Amino acid sequence: MSRCKAAVLVLSAGGLVVLLGGVGIAEEPLRYGFGRPPTDAEIGALNIDIDPTGAGLPPGRGTVQQGTAIYANKCATCHGPTGTEGPKDRLVGGHGLLATEHPVKTIGSFWPYATTLYDYIHRAMPLNAPQSLTPEEVYSVVAWLLHQNDIIPADAVIDAKTLPTVKMPNRAGFVSDPRPDVPFR
Amino acid sequence: MNSPDQEKPIPSNRETPEEEPVGRRTWLTRAVSAMGLSAAGLIAPSLLSAAEQNHSDPTRVPGRTPSPYGSRASTETAQRLTTATHSLTPHQVLHGIITPSALHFERHHNGVPMIDPDQHRLLIHGLVERPLTFSMNDLMRFPSVTRTLFIECSGNSGKEWNGPTGKTVQDTHGLMSTSEWTGVPLMTVLAEAGIKPEAAWVLAEGSDSAAMTRSLPLAEVLKDALLCYAQNGEALRPEQGYPLRLVLPGWEGNTCIKWLRRLKLGTAPFMTREETSRYTDLMPDGTARQFTFVMEAKSVITGPSGGQRIEPGFTEIRGLAWSGRGLVKTVEVSTDGGRTWQPAHLQGPVLPQCHTRFRFSWSWNGEEAILQSRCADETGYVQPTRAALVAARGVNSSYHYNAIQSWKVDRQGQVTNVQV
Repeated sequence: MSRCKAAVLVLSAGGLVVLLGGVGIAEEPLRYGFGRPPTDAEIGALNIDIDPTGAGLPPGRGTVQQGTAIYANKCATCHGPTGTEGPKDRLVGGHGLLATEHPVKTIGSFWPYATTLYDYIHRAMPLNAPQSLTPEEVYSVVAWLLHQNDIIPADAVIDAKTLPTVKMPNRAGFVSDPRPDVPFR
Repeated sequence: MNSPDQEKPIPSNRETPEEEPVGRRTWLTRAVSAMGLSAAGLIAPSLLSAAEQNHSDPTRVPGRTPSPYGSRASTETAQRLTTATHSLTPHQVLHGIITPSALHFERHHNGVPMIDPDQHRLLIHGLVERPLTFSMNDLMRFPSVTRTLFIECSGNSGKEWNGPTGKTVQDTHGLMSTSEWTGVPLMTVLAEAGIKPEAAWVLAEGSDSAAMTRSLPLAEVLKDALLCYAQNGEALRPEQGYPLRLVLPGWEGNTCIKWLRRLKLGTAPFMTREETSRYTDLMPDGTARQFTFVMEAKSVITGPSGGQRIEPGFTEIRGLAWSGRGLVKTVEVSTDGGRTWQPAHLQGPVLPQCHTRFRFSWSWNGEEAILQSRCADETGYVQPTRAALVAARGVNSSYHYNAIQSWKVDRQGQVTNVQV
């Protein structure tokens, strides 16, 4: 009997820990002491994400002109000479077709944030050598793609300061999840 | 495929070569000689297999010795259907609710990485009190949890938006599987680092060559997310994220980041490519729904299903039902294209965010029939017809297709994929 009571107490304490650990609650939850603090170098090696504020964008800059050669060398095989031919994802064009029977989703017609371009190209492209491009190369390819999509002029410079300010045409095209959206009995 | 240990059992220390069991071929030769020619002639046709003309009566031949790691019977052939980027589970030949680990569907965005678990680390940083890095051993020391859960790619059945496309249930519904997952609650590990009050989203990142990333709303995932290191009782399969994956009960498979290496807490979504350009649902008005995480209730008849052929008489209709919102409450079956419905039997245990096996006894009279199943979950939500789903979302949203599946049985008993 007393054993059962003890078990209940432990469970209650466990529940309390979970509650106190919730977002925004300042109380200190149970800690086990596992893991160790990472070094700055360890964090730096993995901290590659770029969010819409541009936080984390590295020094360096790129131009449309530089991007022309890099795109031709590293990207055109999969995405086509002008970014429209494929065979892989179409990157350019498709403006104004999202609400039609045959929508075309490209960087220009669909992507809401320009910073995602830096993040994704750096982390995952080219497919056969991800994370091989230098910051200058990534900035330049981003510049070329934005220019091909008529979003920036031919003489624009893309860097940590300018990239987050680029306004993407479909920035307002996203809505939150309204499901369940299909009526049921 | 036979593993080497099957063909050449490694003798244990106690087994010297002289003590090896008599070979099956030798044994049968001796046995047949002892029986005499006429007796051997009589039993030979039934005793001898086509492949190995000597010894197929298992009661007369010593069997194989134990093996260090098992494999299925060599006559079993169920397999995943593979493409360059994914593979599909063959639900038409599976039973119960657990998908064998070797047949669990795959979806990866630049191949399956090879990761040394001793070198693998999980980094937690961003809006935490104490950034921490954990080894696999660290993570396995925490209190653990085991849950049996489905994982469904939000692209499962996606080709059916454009009309009946898949020939088999493997084609139409193969991007989902169920496993028993074991790991540590995300809450436990994040509490170790200390969540700062302003943290609202968490970025999860994999260490594959896509460095797959998704942003997840922190309050939601703290409820039940698991950092899993085991699947069906053993370490994760490489294609399922070995040595560590995130499992979010009931959410689209892409959010269950595999080969998990990093969790970064922030105030807002990070807007990665996989939550903007991809995994968003385009509507007829040109807007796209974003962060559509939950997989809504869905069911499918796995047999009889496309590509199979049935005989008149008793046929057990079998299938799977599941809901990302919780428990499956009911499954109904129609054999007349949705005009009339009858309740199916649910096989227990019925678990939340898990496949539920259903069965329905049917006698096929040889006439044309259209077989359907529809489920309802504990929220009252009922799986929609294709017409209702398309009316709400059009046909260009790519993801989250959960309409009722129809299989037509023609007078020859042949089953095909149709939409009604």
